[in-house]
Amino acid sequence: MKPILELSGIYYSYHTTEGETPVLSNISFALGKGEFLAIVGPSGCGKSTLLSIIAGLLEPERGLIKFDGKYHQECPPGIGYMLQHDHLFEWRNVYQNVTLGLEIQKQLTPRSKAKAMELLKTYGLDRFKNSRPSELSGGMRQRAALIRTLVMEPDILLLDEPFSALDYQTRLTVGDDIGQILRKEHRTAILVTHDLSEAISLADRIIIMSPRPATIKQKVALTFQLEQDTPLHRRNATEFKNYFNLIWEEINNNE
Amino acid sequence: MNDLSNSQIAFLDACRKHRRIVHISRIAIFLSFLFLWEFSANTGIIDSFIFSSPSKIALCFWEMSLDGSIFVHIGTTLYETILSFFLVTFISIVVAVLLWFNRKFSEILDPYLVVLNSLPKSALAPLLIVWLGATPLTIIVAGISVAIFGSILNIYSSFSQVDPESLKLIYTLRGTRRHALTKVVIPSSIPAIINTMKVNIGLCLVGVIIGEFLAARNGLGYLIIYSSQVFKMDWLLMSLVLLCIMAIGLYAVIGIFERRYQR
Repeated sequence: MKPILELSGIYYSYHTTEGETPVLSNISFALGKGEFLAIVGPSGCGKSTLLSIIAGLLEPERGLIKFDGKYHQECPPGIGYMLQHDHLFEWRNVYQNVTLGLEIQKQLTPRSKAKAMELLKTYGLDRFKNSRPSELSGGMRQRAALIRTLVMEPDILLLDEPFSALDYQTRLTVGDDIGQILRKEHRTAILVTHDLSEAISLADRIIIMSPRPATIKQKVALTFQLEQDTPLHRRNATEFKNYFNLIWEEINNNE
Repeated sequence: MNDLSNSQIAFLDACRKHRRIVHISRIAIFLSFLFLWEFSANTGIIDSFIFSSPSKIALCFWEMSLDGSIFVHIGTTLYETILSFFLVTFISIVVAVLLWFNRKFSEILDPYLVVLNSLPKSALAPLLIVWLGATPLTIIVAGISVAIFGSILNIYSSFSQVDPESLKLIYTLRGTRRHALTKVVIPSSIPAIINTMKVNIGLCLVGVIIGEFLAARNGLGYLIIYSSQVFKMDWLLMSLVLLCIMAIGLYAVIGIFERRYQR
């Protein structure tokens, strides 16, 4: 399978007047079409920085990124980036919030508007399209933020701890809920998280990063013998515990 | 809604009572002040030539409104204040946007803005008269000069306090810095802009009165200076009362604007 995204030898450092902090060191991996990749690692290890580089918001100091076998100039097309907080704007209603990207890209066509409405319906938000974001619950806000990303029809979805701002119960339901939809639609996605069980229940493959400066410690492919491969079923499978222990040890093993 | 519990009724009653006391006390202070002033002026406790009295002020207003002269003064001051207020609001938003677009530019100009903001603007008025002459232009520039620097600093600081993550969102949607400005920075700064406007309207009035003290043939500021020179204390105090009313009115207009925005 030809990878849709390919990173080779990515290096990145933060610069302040006090000095230089190396953040990423020799990061290389490839992502296949339809693959759901999770990146785990200790907090502050540069996971979000990596996503920003893939999204083209930051320029790597060294290394190359290929999309669909081509090196990109400037901003790569077809990347949807979902941030940690929903950042729904209170001065726009839910519909205006989810179509913000279309508005910026000047793509507010009847077709894209219909797409937005359809997504609102899929995620159970069509009744709230004229509401203010503050009237939504945490889970609903996160779903609205996801729609805002999906309506741009991205080829690759970047998820930066998208559930971490939610309380534990909502997080489980919304995480499983959204994860299931994304998997069912065979979206290509990269999920960054420090929650191991979230990563294991959602991903096809996990990349474990070391503390700063982050290198790739190990890549773990996940296979579950399940009739219905849903996040919730995975949490109850026997493989789940094995993977958890494996990854846990790998993260805490810091020689 | 009809079956409120006793404790809820008691609570609502207490609230209503509190509001009523605040209201009545405010009016009572005003009326007793008027009464005390009138009474002590009439009985000679204070010299009514120097302190005037409410009835003399009212009479004076009546006489001046018969010949219409007072409306010329009010109109002049009001026109100059509102014009300088709009210019201040417009200029400071434009300058704040320019500063936001260019961080280097804003860092270079920062000390100048701070110094100009802390400079007592009344000291500029004589300079403006020499440069611009004793014209309405001088007075409007004086009104602008009092408010403009603080206004730029306030609006710019609100612009630069926008959550960087919200801006990042715009960039992840492949927006430009211009999109960040129009979709996030300005909408999120509207409350701060309205608050700045509230401060500005008062400051513009101050600036216009200073200007009128020195360079006017009309306006309430001119009336105040003229009447103090010829010892017409009725005129002077009436002008002060009118200024109070004008300030309340202008502030209320912005309040209406603010409530409309919040809805």
